[in-house]
Amino acid sequence: MPIITSSKSQPEYDVVIVGSGAGGGQMAYTLTLNGLKCVMLEAGRNYDPVKETPMFQRPDQAPLGGAATPDKQFFGYFDATIDGGWEVPGEPYTQASEKKEEQFWWWRTRMLGGRTNHWGRISLRNGPYDFKPHSRDGLGFDWPIGYEDVEPYYTKVEMLIGVYGANSGLENTPDSPDGVLLPPPKGRVGDLMAQKHGRKLGIPVVSIHRAVLTKAQDADNIPAKLHPGNERAQRLVAESMRQRAACFWATSCVRGCSIRANYQSTTVHLPPALASGNLDIIPNAHAREVIVGEDGRATGVLYIDKTTGKEERVKAKVVVLAASSGETIRILLNSKSARHPHGLANGSGLVGKYTMDSVGASFGGQIPALENLPAHNEEGAGGDHFYTPWWLYKEQKAGKLDFARGYHIEIGGTRPMPGGGSPIRDSFVKGAYGTKLKEEARRYYGSFVNYAARGEMIPNENSFADLDPVVKDKFGIPVLRWHWRWSDHEFNQALHAEKTFAALITEMGGTPNRPVAKTGLEAISPGGKIIHEVGGALMGFDAKKSVCNSWNQTWEVKNLFLCDGAPFPSNADKNPTLTIMALAWRTGDYIIEQSRKGNL
Amino acid sequence: METTRLTRREVLAFFTAALAASQLPAFAQVPKGYGTDPDLTKLHTPGDVWPLTFSAAEKKAATALADVIFPADHIGPAASALRVSDYIDEWISAPYPQQQGERPVILEGLAWLDAEAQRRFTKDFAALTSEQHRAICDDICWPADAKPAFAKAAQFFVQFRALSAAAYYGTPDGWKAIGFIGNIPLPTFDGPPKEVLEKLGLEQTVK
Repeated sequence: MPIITSSKSQPEYDVVIVGSGAGGGQMAYTLTLNGLKCVMLEAGRNYDPVKETPMFQRPDQAPLGGAATPDKQFFGYFDATIDGGWEVPGEPYTQASEKKEEQFWWWRTRMLGGRTNHWGRISLRNGPYDFKPHSRDGLGFDWPIGYEDVEPYYTKVEMLIGVYGANSGLENTPDSPDGVLLPPPKGRVGDLMAQKHGRKLGIPVVSIHRAVLTKAQDADNIPAKLHPGNERAQRLVAESMRQRAACFWATSCVRGCSIRANYQSTTVHLPPALASGNLDIIPNAHAREVIVGEDGRATGVLYIDKTTGKEERVKAKVVVLAASSGETIRILLNSKSARHPHGLANGSGLVGKYTMDSVGASFGGQIPALENLPAHNEEGAGGDHFYTPWWLYKEQKAGKLDFARGYHIEIGGTRPMPGGGSPIRDSFVKGAYGTKLKEEARRYYGSFVNYAARGEMIPNENSFADLDPVVKDKFGIPVLRWHWRWSDHEFNQALHAEKTFAALITEMGGTPNRPVAKTGLEAISPGGKIIHEVGGALMGFDAKKSVCNSWNQTWEVKNLFLCDGAPFPSNADKNPTLTIMALAWRTGDYIIEQSRKGNL
Repeated sequence: METTRLTRREVLAFFTAALAASQLPAFAQVPKGYGTDPDLTKLHTPGDVWPLTFSAAEKKAATALADVIFPADHIGPAASALRVSDYIDEWISAPYPQQQGERPVILEGLAWLDAEAQRRFTKDFAALTSEQHRAICDDICWPADAKPAFAKAAQFFVQFRALSAAAYYGTPDGWKAIGFIGNIPLPTFDGPPKEVLEKLGLEQTVK
């Protein structure tokens, strides 16, 4: 069973999975290795990172030096994203407000593996506090599960995908069991500077966790730990792990990885799932709605086959939506029937409510001590090496801060590959040209530091998505309309981050690039810009106040599960991907168990 | 299976949607460029995707100015050896909003450059001596210091310099010139060399 077209699909499957990214990939992996017959619908085209990744292409080999354009957004030409971005031709979304600060930027990716192909690979566990935020400060919602429920799955996912890092022992920043994490990469100049000077300001700087193999995976032992008693799964997973090479310390992970050294759904989750013979993948299949039978159970998914323009149906005993939280909300709201006039699983009226992104703020400076350093290679693991977990829990608890939740600090490199834009800052070189300019360029290159905050947004009544009453996409499907509002918690947090960064830069003897923002609105990135969209179909304790139960299972439709970020009741500063995978694996185990008992 | 031909109503709705999308924060319209799914493994040369703009005179002026900004010296080759003017031509010829916005600045600036060279020295810019090049460039190289008469030319110069730098430093010779080392596979990553750590008084904390 392989990548197929609609006409080759089976009459019925055990499970249909919508989406092929972190949630869909993990779900397909878990189910197919346990013998369930699955079909996966992916709205974009098939994609093979081994053949398609531009690993060593240089800026001078790309149009416009690889600079970002409306065709290739964000990281530009070499960004692994295909047919995606904050805008996708023919697939609009709308904003309820004309005010910029009340708008949401929605990143979609239409390709096998979805957003996992280009993400930053930052893989942080939620801590115990992060599952019970309401109990701690009275804001937002508690999860109906705790850290102890998810911990075994965090460990399994880390072993499967391969995560480098070190245990820091810091508050609410869980350690992994011994032997699970791969060795952390060495600190780069900017990392070690921030670590040394951060110490004086009480800011801890430690090894970050990222899904990149800093050494080959232990294919002889890990599979047995992941799949005890399942020899076939062990063999398939071992074979897949042996296909993955360790990082060769070159090129950025946002391009994807042809040697499979980093995690992408397409290189880690899907190969063993396909090798099991239990997975069909239908690319170019744009899911429109979940089909529901007369008994109220989901019977399959209605989708547009983009290769023919026709509507097609695929039948299954269980439906899993993992289409990205925004797209999952949209499918539910579009699954209208006489029985479900407001969309599926929406008796509570809460589908679409409480959408969240991460708070983003970034700030840079110039450090004279870093000028004219001897040239050296610091490409490293193709992303961050060090970071600062949120460190002011005690101050927050004591009421010393004017915001309720934390942020972590991502520390950028100082010697990135030039190209796609000028590496020269006009304000430093002023009117220089000729040999003088070249000397100045060399002097200043490597002397700029940059810090990014990724913080927790508290869910609020004013941030949600519903269906636009008028606008449809090119397939004739109603589109999402976003409503967005930050609260002072997020604004104040972003300001705090900027002040912290300015203090750190000053402590390092440097000068901030600009004055600290005067307002939170100036400091905060627009909603959706961090691409950590979660929420919209929250899990909770009871059917009246939530959409899903603690198993990512919708209260109203027992055989419908949501396995992307949509069920998240909160969005900790920890980037959501690792938690999406851990919960998908946990839900997959539950589906297997309930299927065996005949409950689904 | 039923087909989903778009109805007239849906087509209208789509244009409404396109209009709504055009009110989004950025990337207002998506023009025709290399598309959202280019072959990333193909090696690209300026002119491959969209036609270039420069006339022979513009190309001459652009090449000469880029070589004044990035001459051949002990740090690296001249801009002309790294096809910097081709990159700038590709840039201003691109169908995207940002590049379309920069296009008139560059084209008008190059025309001004030749006109100014003729006015002062009765030759095109490319035919001037180094001294004559410097005489003009010194007047326009930094907007904050430029006389009002040169204000517009100074804006052009800074923009042209930025494009030249983007092109120059996106090449292996440019990497060498600026001090970037990378894009080569390594068996291990050892962090900054000892001399760098010592210079900064740092210690490698990941053993």
